[in-house]
Amino acid sequence: MTYKAPIMSELVAEGKSPEVVFWVGCAGSFDQRAQRVTTAFTKILNQLNINFAVLGTEEACTGDPARRAGNEFVFQMLAQQNVATLNNYGVKKIITTCPHCFNTLKNEYPALGGNYEVIHHSQYLQTLINDGKLKVEGGAFKGKRITYHDSCYLGRANEIYEAPRAVIEALDADLVEINKSKANGLCCGAGGSQMFKEDEPGNKRINTERTGQLTEVYPEVIAVACPFCNTMISDGVKAENQQDDVKVLDIAELISQANSY
Amino acid sequence: MNTFLSIVQILIFGGLVGTTFYFGFKKFKEIYSNIMLGKPETINTTLGFRLKSMFLIAFGQKKMFKLTFAALLHLVIYVSFCITQIELIEIFLDGFTAGHRRIFHLAEGTFFQSIYVFAISFIEFLTLLTLVVTIIFILRRTTFLINRFNKPELKGFPAKDALTILTFELILITCIFLMNGADSAIRIKELGHGYGFLIGDIIGSMLAGLSLGVLEVLEKIGWYGHLCMVLGFLLYLPYSKHLHVLLAFPNTFFTRPEAKGEIHNMPAIMHEVKSMIDPSYTVPATDGEVQFGAKDVFDLSWKSLLDADTCTECGRCTQACPANITGKKLSPRKIMMDTRDRMEDITKGKKEHGPDFIDNKTLLGDYITAEELRACTTCNACVEECPVNISPLNIIVELRRNLIMEQSDSPSEWNTIFANMENNQAPWQFSPEDRLKWTEELN
Repeated sequence: MTYKAPIMSELVAEGKSPEVVFWVGCAGSFDQRAQRVTTAFTKILNQLNINFAVLGTEEACTGDPARRAGNEFVFQMLAQQNVATLNNYGVKKIITTCPHCFNTLKNEYPALGGNYEVIHHSQYLQTLINDGKLKVEGGAFKGKRITYHDSCYLGRANEIYEAPRAVIEALDADLVEINKSKANGLCCGAGGSQMFKEDEPGNKRINTERTGQLTEVYPEVIAVACPFCNTMISDGVKAENQQDDVKVLDIAELISQANSY
Repeated sequence: MNTFLSIVQILIFGGLVGTTFYFGFKKFKEIYSNIMLGKPETINTTLGFRLKSMFLIAFGQKKMFKLTFAALLHLVIYVSFCITQIELIEIFLDGFTAGHRRIFHLAEGTFFQSIYVFAISFIEFLTLLTLVVTIIFILRRTTFLINRFNKPELKGFPAKDALTILTFELILITCIFLMNGADSAIRIKELGHGYGFLIGDIIGSMLAGLSLGVLEVLEKIGWYGHLCMVLGFLLYLPYSKHLHVLLAFPNTFFTRPEAKGEIHNMPAIMHEVKSMIDPSYTVPATDGEVQFGAKDVFDLSWKSLLDADTCTECGRCTQACPANITGKKLSPRKIMMDTRDRMEDITKGKKEHGPDFIDNKTLLGDYITAEELRACTTCNACVEECPVNISPLNIIVELRRNLIMEQSDSPSEWNTIFANMENNQAPWQFSPEDRLKWTEELN
């Protein structure tokens, strides 16, 4: 099938109103690794005939890195611009593949007048699977050892632990939990705008520490649900020289690859 | 007993208790005014939510059990601390009336005697357990060198503070057994049998060889020692990390309801930016100068200051902190300790130099450095770990806001992403026009 990413402004011009907005996020739009997650998730939406749209050039950074670094001015400028765009289109429901966008849209935009139902793609995929709409062929991942790395902004910040695991379980894979998981999970090192600067002086990089915990259970795949975790853990796996044995994949990629989309 | 002696006894007792309450009240008032140095914050929760948090987390110690062994040890001391207070009822009754085991004598010969004996025996059992746990705690602090008790911020007073209280406990336990043992020995000598206490009677039978005079002195030493330890503990509390035994309750009562990932909005900046976008928007009037973020304790919310006073320096936050684990300078526990030290230094200064005292120091810079703040990944591990719902993250974010917005003190890479976000609506330098480029890879 020909995959499409319908654009909000065009749909509205045609008099159509999409059911959900897929919030792609900056990483999902510009980062080469994250782009592959964006396309994987878009293919799933296409396959299931979901009535969705992306904002395209009208989407701006949610402001998360600025607010966490301490620059509230930049956060407010971007956030208010986004709220205006979303409210202008009367958006009710947003799905995003980035836990940072998810957290900001869900928890921080209401104070600025932006009230939406915000869903992370792990929750969305879980619902689609539960409703029987999304059928997962075990395929590529059947019986594979997969461990899951909890994103802080999905896990501790918003207490979403089960949805991504439910998606992995639907693959008929062997989900292996590491010792430090769920609420006890260690950060990948990217949060709080650390992604965009050098580490403070220390004796180890956080992503190396975390990757060590994850590879301890000899996974064939480390599943992630965040573009920043994806970068950090992939770098960690490369630093351990294990990139040929351990794949780092987003849960959307697991589904699209299993179903050969 | 001779009336004169009774009056002297009552005066000594009353004096001890009265002095403790006088100084204790003064110090606790000081703690309250320390917390009130902070800015107002409304915590939007229902009474039901507040009680539930308090009962589950402070009373029920729910989050303590993330570390099972430490939690069990702590539980012994906690239960024993609470239940031992029953004994104080009789100590106070005896103290104010110059009596001796008045409740026992009231109950003697009735059904209530066995309840009394059971209660004291149960307290003795818990006290024995506490002795074991106290020794384990001392070993954990001095010999086993558990990582979280061996961090730079614990050097000096904090380490001494922990051991002081454990020593207090050893003395208190000795006094309880001395009091019950000597008392039981006296009864054995007089009646041929003790009270029926689980441990007191055993000690009593060992002490029964001593003369009545010596036993009476020993019993008094135990009794007064017990009392003095309890009163001393009360007076020492506000100077110590052990203040958590009281403040854990209000601190969990006032748990913030928001998702952990939410960072508080800044209405002043929201209004300013709104008026920039829409010139017809009128910014609501605010009273006084607006300062962005927190430079000192006065700029933090009262809840953050209550957090700081509640911290018992257990270090679970620091043990879970990704920055600390990888050797960075940040320690969430130190953030809490610095905040409390700063409050105390201000109060001390005011006491010495009058209420208008100002020094040239601030929390940000003189106590907490930019390097520590910049190492935080805002991952919420510290918040998740804290057994009494303290948020070091809240303080870190407020101080970061001040660093960036008031002091323009920002790493150059962050200045770059701020500029990119302003100009390109993304932290990277990509053109907003390219936001849909990924769609080219779709088919």
